[in-house]
Amino acid sequence: MKSKFIPLILIFIFLITFVIFFKGLRNSNIYTPNTNLKKEVPLFELKSFENNSIIISEKIFEDNKYYLMNIWASWCIPCREEHKFLMKLKKDKRIELIGLNYKDNFKKASSFLKDLGNPYNIIVSDKDGTASIEWGAYGVPESFLVHQNKIIKRFIGPINNKDLLEIEKIIR
Amino acid sequence: MKFIPIFLIVSIILNFNLLKADEIKTENKIAKNLRCLICQGQSVYDSDSEFAISLKLVIKNKIQQGLSEEQIYSFLKMKYGEWILYDPVFNRNTYFLWLLPILIFLAGGAIIIKRFYNKK
Repeated sequence: MKSKFIPLILIFIFLITFVIFFKGLRNSNIYTPNTNLKKEVPLFELKSFENNSIIISEKIFEDNKYYLMNIWASWCIPCREEHKFLMKLKKDKRIELIGLNYKDNFKKASSFLKDLGNPYNIIVSDKDGTASIEWGAYGVPESFLVHQNKIIKRFIGPINNKDLLEIEKIIR
Repeated sequence: MKFIPIFLIVSIILNFNLLKADEIKTENKIAKNLRCLICQGQSVYDSDSEFAISLKLVIKNKIQQGLSEEQIYSFLKMKYGEWILYDPVFNRNTYFLWLLPILIFLAGGAIIIKRFYNKK
């Protein structure tokens, strides 16, 4: 009785371990957050990029429009890649672009916009990165599509042609 | 008599430092319990990425605003999801994780007791 029981238990334990490791090791260990969230826009009070006046988030997103809130910095190389797509998006009158300048130097950021063009309607600056944390952002570049004070879609990493088409589909 | 104001000033300074030390202690404790989402495998405390530096600043500000440790965790959980916490929450997905050690412990205990009685 005893000798039959022990191998069975051993096989059982081995099987459980095998299944756990098999499933666990095949899982991707790179975390990808949920991008289809319906979250309220976080409230913030930030300094304007051009002059030091205070801009309140409620003022920015008050209209019944679509907004793309884009986190960018002049030191961020992928931001240069996505810039041409933002410039394309600027031509669309149904959407307003809000820039959040992340941990940047004013001079360098200004020359970045001078060289590549300024797609933003409003730019606010986030000197210490704390406002981006309130948005639940990971870093630069990252964009949030906002409608009626809700984040309806987020784009982690640079915006590409596919994202652009997706945005146009949503705001149509 | 001159000593009294000096004594008061010194004691206030010492107390202030204690308070500050407490704040830094909880700040570090929270940062150690958070997973850095950019540099995975490191805690926010260990990391020097832009994300972690900002997050440490946010924790510091929240403590100064008077938020408790639990409130800060739930704030971050709301923003970034459960993944940011190192300590997994007890829910449907983690029943197995939390209960397995207890089950193994009980099974082990049962085997020992059985052996003990069999010998008798």
